[in-house]
Amino acid sequence: MERSSALIGSIFLLISISCLINPISAAASGSGEGYSIAGRVKLDNFVTKGFGLGHSPKLSETKVILNGGQRTTFVRPDGYFSFHDVPAGTHLIEVSSIGYLFSPVRVDISARNPGKIQAALTENRRALNELVLEPMKDEQYYEIREPFSMLSLVKSPMGLMIGFMVLVMFVFPKMMDGVDPEEMRQAQEQMREHGIPSISNLVAGRS
Amino acid sequence: MEARFLLGFLLLLSLSSFAFAIYEDQVGLADWHKRYIGKVKHAVFHTQKTGRRRVVVSTEENAIASLDLRTGDILWRHVLGKNDAVDQIGLSLGKYVLTLSSQGSVLRAWNLPDGQMVWETDLQISNPSNSFLHALGNVKSGRDSLSLVCNGGSIRAVSSIDGLVVWKKDLSVDGLKLKHVFQPPESDTIYAIGFIDSSLIALYHINAKTGELLKHATQASSVDLSSEISAISSDSLVALDTSRSNLLLIKFMAGTITNHKLPLSDIVQDFSGLAELIPTKSNDIFVVKTPSNVAFIKVKGDNEIELIGKADEAGIVSDSLTLSEEEQAFAVVHHSNNAISFQVRINGREALTEGIKIEDHRGHVKRVFLNNYVRTDKSHGFRALIVMEDESLLLMQQGEVVWSREDGLASISDAVVAELPVEKEGGVSVVEVEHTLLEWLKGHMLKLKGTLMLSTPDDMAAIQAMHLKSTERNKMTRDHNGFRKLIIVLTRSGKVYALHTGDGRIVWAHLLTPLLQSESCPSPSVLTLRNWRVPHRKALQENPSILLVGRCGAGPESHGFLFIVDSYSGKVLETQILDHSIAEVVPLPLADSSEQKLHLVIDDKLNAHLYPRGSDALEVFVREMANMYYYKVENAKEVIKGYAFKKGCSTGSSAYCFGTRELWSVVFPSDSERIVAAARRKINEVVHTQAKIMTNQDVMYKYISKNILFVATVSPKAAGGIGSAAPDEAWLVAYLIDTVTGRILHRVTHQGAQGPVHAVVSENWVVYHYFNLRAHRYEMTVIEIYDQSRADNKDVMKLVLGKHNLTAPITSYSRPEIATKSQSYFFTHSVKAIAVTTTARGITSKQILIGTIGDQVLALDKRYLDPRRTANPSQEEKEEGIIPLTDTLPIIPQSYVTHTRQVGDLRGIMSFPANLESTTHVFSYGIDLFYTRIAPSRTYDSLTDEFSYVLLLITVVVLIVAILVTWAMSQKKDLQEKWR
Repeated sequence: MERSSALIGSIFLLISISCLINPISAAASGSGEGYSIAGRVKLDNFVTKGFGLGHSPKLSETKVILNGGQRTTFVRPDGYFSFHDVPAGTHLIEVSSIGYLFSPVRVDISARNPGKIQAALTENRRALNELVLEPMKDEQYYEIREPFSMLSLVKSPMGLMIGFMVLVMFVFPKMMDGVDPEEMRQAQEQMREHGIPSISNLVAGRS
Repeated sequence: MEARFLLGFLLLLSLSSFAFAIYEDQVGLADWHKRYIGKVKHAVFHTQKTGRRRVVVSTEENAIASLDLRTGDILWRHVLGKNDAVDQIGLSLGKYVLTLSSQGSVLRAWNLPDGQMVWETDLQISNPSNSFLHALGNVKSGRDSLSLVCNGGSIRAVSSIDGLVVWKKDLSVDGLKLKHVFQPPESDTIYAIGFIDSSLIALYHINAKTGELLKHATQASSVDLSSEISAISSDSLVALDTSRSNLLLIKFMAGTITNHKLPLSDIVQDFSGLAELIPTKSNDIFVVKTPSNVAFIKVKGDNEIELIGKADEAGIVSDSLTLSEEEQAFAVVHHSNNAISFQVRINGREALTEGIKIEDHRGHVKRVFLNNYVRTDKSHGFRALIVMEDESLLLMQQGEVVWSREDGLASISDAVVAELPVEKEGGVSVVEVEHTLLEWLKGHMLKLKGTLMLSTPDDMAAIQAMHLKSTERNKMTRDHNGFRKLIIVLTRSGKVYALHTGDGRIVWAHLLTPLLQSESCPSPSVLTLRNWRVPHRKALQENPSILLVGRCGAGPESHGFLFIVDSYSGKVLETQILDHSIAEVVPLPLADSSEQKLHLVIDDKLNAHLYPRGSDALEVFVREMANMYYYKVENAKEVIKGYAFKKGCSTGSSAYCFGTRELWSVVFPSDSERIVAAARRKINEVVHTQAKIMTNQDVMYKYISKNILFVATVSPKAAGGIGSAAPDEAWLVAYLIDTVTGRILHRVTHQGAQGPVHAVVSENWVVYHYFNLRAHRYEMTVIEIYDQSRADNKDVMKLVLGKHNLTAPITSYSRPEIATKSQSYFFTHSVKAIAVTTTARGITSKQILIGTIGDQVLALDKRYLDPRRTANPSQEEKEEGIIPLTDTLPIIPQSYVTHTRQVGDLRGIMSFPANLESTTHVFSYGIDLFYTRIAPSRTYDSLTDEFSYVLLLITVVVLIVAILVTWAMSQKKDLQEKWR
């Protein structure tokens, strides 16, 4: 317990140091008590593939949401967004963009040294040097139809039926071939006596 | 061993069906998505000669949208945040839409063709709370165009190109409210006129390029000024005084202000009551709307005014439309019965009058926006956008409704499900059957091609089209699977719509409140919707009906009313104005002899009124009264109270009125806890089995009680949003309370957690979503409740000897011995709504439907929220389907039931069962509507649409051929044998 807390402490230190070295671009121009959070959403690196019919994801549909809906803003054509007049404290920024999964971002606005803002992805606790939000992955909403293959046809119920039939047609006569003619006659007599033949009898008779 | 193998196989099957997922070509098969915008409050037309004609609107739902003027389709739409109401919209540079929102503090520009936000400026207004006014005028400054935003006593000039504040001027005068800003043509000076404390008129000259104050003057007004003004020319404006019966003509020439009082009664002969000024743009004409008529008044010379036109009935008047330098047009719309008369007046003269028939379920006209176009003969044609009482939007042109949009559906407040009529017997012709058979075969050939991946894109399109136009799903009759139903929704305007689950079309719609409007019921508003009669046993032949309950006034003490509406046709069967108020409607699990469901209406004095009024209903209720309880969560007082019913009520002697007696109360300490959420089980939820078999062949008994109430409280400091509380001062307490006895069954505290809390209760579990401040992530917790008193029923001897208590009813009267199991997980997204799937018999496994911040609906398997999950499940546990424990709940994109669609401003999710056990309907609503059917454990009880009948046919044919061939072969072989 002690150790883990020390570890967490050192991680935190690391984060703060990294932030000191490379302070986040988010400017904290204070007007009264509020600060501004500015950042950028980047979708460029993600090539959209196989997205819905005529529904290519657009930057214009991308929303940036502060604290679970307290405020909503949209991104500009260059991907930049900003929130103004945000009080000091720890905030949560989420990006909603259809087709992508974004990690929420924890943003700390320090009350003691105004203007210091730290940000970290909450999903993987990665600290951000700049508030550049990139999707963790793109989201594929549809199942992908597997290309036609013989295997899938065989695996379907109908395929299994045909397969079984083929088995009966070609393998069972082979099994019959191995049967001793004497036993065969016996079995046939038995059949006459009992009526319906049964496979288990045949198999048992063989062994 | 075989059993284990089988289990493993089943597990494999079920694992493969983890997510509800569809293929892309199945979109629209079972689902539909409708987009709306809400009640329009501003509209700006963009009708250039070239390009698409469009109208940009902003709505009460905080949406801004661009609509195609020809069809009414949404070209683009954005929904702003909840606290970001749009104050004004305008066009700038002919290519940007400007919106001013959040009480004049945020200015945004949107690209007109595609809706991309171009820039956003926070105007940093210090006290936006009292700044209602803002002017949005375009001021030319070189190539750039400046937009002026006035707020109280300050002006900001914003560049239209990049949104930068070019200059700002705080006039720093106490009580100053700027009213009007204008710039004379080819001048660098801006004139800003304002009122100081409703007694002084102030005029400011400001340099348009720098914002420098050049000159200012004030003058006392002869009357108390109201905030309504109308600018009539470049140097004068008209204001209304606070008594709303006098006009003040204000002129400001060469830096001096003159004002002149003009009593309205001098101009309008039969004037009485309160007048209203309609904003105009210039041209010396202004419009005054009085309770009895609309007057068009022209200013002549100095301080002289003249009445130039009058529209007799009080109608709805549009803003002015400038046709040319001299001409101003207004639209005046009157409404009578089921027609509206649309009148255009140019400079007060009547230019055009058209009568248009309108469906009577749309109510009265609420707003009108006028636009003109130039006809081929250079004359002016007019079109108008009309907002009706039911919040629908119509475009009128040449005496016709060109298109209409049912935008009332953007504000659904309640919804219930009703059955469709039973199909009538007989009457299918042979030709029809042959035709459908042919179609059927053709369709399946296409489908087969699809499965074999041989189809061309044309074929794919044909398949899609075939799916969509399939008449089967849009029939107006009940089907065997229970896929076709009516969703009956109530909207904020009080209109009731019945939507067909097949394609979302409106089967019927009624605006009921105008029927009621009278002296005894001045302003009716509908509160809620309930199923009144559901087809069932005896009532199978009767039409199902819906109960609508509402209130006649605004306050909680105003009288209530109720409607009973036929759910097949929307016909009103019964109307009643009640003699008591309505605080809550409690549906009871009882019905009278004609299968009408019993409802208790609780009034503000805590009396319970029984409906329907009938002796048998009364009899049924009195018989069960001793077992009826009612509870009330009083959020403001942090109290939950439980009541029993007793005969005789405090306000009257009606036999249908019952008093209540307080039984228990749970008082939360108000200094440490605030109620933020309460949830309970759905009354009609069906539970299949009480027993749950554990991995080690043990049995656990679920504690299934209809009386469990989940309540979440947070510390007062954490009652605000995220970002307002530190982890140390925040906690969340979750309670499970029995609503009959008030007993707290379970209580758990989450330190460092805060709301918003969203919870869902089903069977013996509750799942709730909240924010963990320590990890700064959202969390979801599941609590499962088990009945310990039945735990020792496992003993076989006891079962044999009959010493078990399995048949004992579950009752809240005895003290239950319960055990809870609980587990928490991180969840990535904020949540807007949460629900659980319900199926007809409760056998199918459950999925939790989560409305995420991205306005999507995620179906999360309940197995992910199972307290028995461990990091390393044993072999047995794995076979049972227990998923290894992870700290975060997975988000599988394929399990979004809304796939690529978004339900704008998602507010509610509703799940209701189909007749087919595997399938459930999901209806989610916000500004948009989305409906789909999902099968949480796949459709194990029916063949999917994917099933290829043709492949089956081929297989059968192949089998028959093979049999024949082998038969022939064996005959031949036999013959040969015999010859030998």
